[in-house]
Amino acid sequence: MRIAQQSALPGFAPTFAVTLLWLSLIVLIPLAALALRPWELGILGVWQSVTEPRVLAALRLSFGTAAFAAAVNVPFGLLIAWVMVRYRFYGRSLADSLIDMPLALPTAVAGISLTALFAPKDWIGALLTPLGIKVAYTPLGILVALIFVGLPFVVRTLEPIIMDLPLEAEEVAATLGATRAQIILRIVLPALLPALLAGFGAALARGVGEYGSVIFIAGNMPMISEIAPLLIVIRLEQLDYAGAAALGLVMLLASFIILLLLNLLQRRMTVQA
Amino acid sequence: MQYRTISRRSLLAAAATGPMVSAASAADTGLLNVSYDPTRELYRDINRAFIAAWQKKAGQRITINQSHGGSGAQARAVLDGLQADVVTLALAADIDALAKRGLLAVDWQAKLPDNSAPTTSTIVLLVRKGNPKGIHDWPDLVRQDVSVITPNPKTSGGARWNFLAALAWARAQPNATDGSVEEFMRLLFRHVPVLDTGARGATNSFVQRGIGDVLIAWENEAWLARKEIGADEFSIVYPSMSILAEPPVAVVDSVVDRKGTRAVAEAYLQFLYTKEAQEIVAKNYYRPRDPTVATQYAERYPAMKLATIQDFGGWSTAQATYFSDGGMFDRIFTPGR
Repeated sequence: MRIAQQSALPGFAPTFAVTLLWLSLIVLIPLAALALRPWELGILGVWQSVTEPRVLAALRLSFGTAAFAAAVNVPFGLLIAWVMVRYRFYGRSLADSLIDMPLALPTAVAGISLTALFAPKDWIGALLTPLGIKVAYTPLGILVALIFVGLPFVVRTLEPIIMDLPLEAEEVAATLGATRAQIILRIVLPALLPALLAGFGAALARGVGEYGSVIFIAGNMPMISEIAPLLIVIRLEQLDYAGAAALGLVMLLASFIILLLLNLLQRRMTVQA
Repeated sequence: MQYRTISRRSLLAAAATGPMVSAASAADTGLLNVSYDPTRELYRDINRAFIAAWQKKAGQRITINQSHGGSGAQARAVLDGLQADVVTLALAADIDALAKRGLLAVDWQAKLPDNSAPTTSTIVLLVRKGNPKGIHDWPDLVRQDVSVITPNPKTSGGARWNFLAALAWARAQPNATDGSVEEFMRLLFRHVPVLDTGARGATNSFVQRGIGDVLIAWENEAWLARKEIGADEFSIVYPSMSILAEPPVAVVDSVVDRKGTRAVAEAYLQFLYTKEAQEIVAKNYYRPRDPTVATQYAERYPAMKLATIQDFGGWSTAQATYFSDGGMFDRIFTPGR
């Protein structure tokens, strides 16, 4: 079996060994522990525990809002990344560090701040309430929190790709008489599509597992605004470790499949491009 | 983090960070008291008094650390290895869970007087200034225009007492059936806009966020909110029926035997029954057990018609019937069943 391609750099064997060891220690062993835990319930028990209506509603909510938030972050993240890379303006470095704030801020702080803005009697909430829009304590609040935490993932995935876009290609297209819309649709977007997908995937994955920022603003009502990670915590607090692990396993598998599909799609696009 | 005064900010911080252990400097012997959510202020005062009393009696300087959080979460933390010398939780079921797994004797509740509950409390309704929605009793909570705040009974011990208090009223109505009781609870929770994970979080939603017209709360938590935010901002409404909450205390045998702290841990819990401690209890808005102290504070703690947990068959039955997976709380959120 040939496992290594020829490489200019020596030392494949030791680095590959470290890679395997590290991946196993940091990723595989904890995941294996999670995967082994639920089966004390039996196959039927696991199935029942993850197909309760309340669990299904929570999974739908978590994956649905995470996908929606990631989809919202893609166009706006693209715009921000584009501006940050292509333009120089006063306060750019400040704006650049602001983008990372959602990553740096403890998620609970983010959740409390958002709730303090959007609760019906607080700043933004007080403006929205007369319009009949309720954000805090509804699924909309979850969406707001997930858009907040997901934004840097899209921006930071896109920036290096935009940096590498050859400016010449756009200039050549312009000299050949392409309109601005044609340049964007035919030249820029196709080159960015794989990165857009990758950014979407990263924001989605983060959103699905997000707990701290969401629970404060979500309302946490079963069947309506209860996210799957909260249900895991609730099961742990009921000392139902196996049920919590079963739900964790389902989330893990679903996230893995989604990211795998996105990766495959991304690879096909890169090959085509 | 040590809470000197419970300011608006510390209410928020407490809700934000959940369980936490308050630090104390190293000393000869340390006790860890793992407690439920709203007892921060109570045990801060109790600890100060006990440390002085123990120094006088045994000549030993000790420190006592406190940890607070949702009762169920705290029990799980102890189960997972948090080295609690004593647990002082919201309900007996959470200590039973520890006993079932061998951390303390199964007959723990017989070791101290009054079911090992040196304090009692009950569930009351906290309403906004002037009671604008005219809330006087449980049925007012399911009126069209009323929004109710109560935490999640799956994670909060206080929320389970809240649930049972409402249930006790519904069951006591003439012609009550299982169906009518469940329908009342379903209706009640349809008026709840947010389910916090702990009692302090719910207080915070009601007091800080301004959500809801009425907070179903521990009597002590309601008094504390009035004291901290202003007595004229909120009034306490005593419903026609409630439940006698008996938050129990116990020494965790497996921990004290390993640490060699049994003597001081037992003395600590027995101290809770002394007149001095019962005074502190009453001052911190918990109902004292000591009859003379109780008489002294009778005005603050009006007599109420109270159901007890025995009326629901004890905690293990109540837990299974109402709060376990597929229990009444799950059913009232599942449509079409």
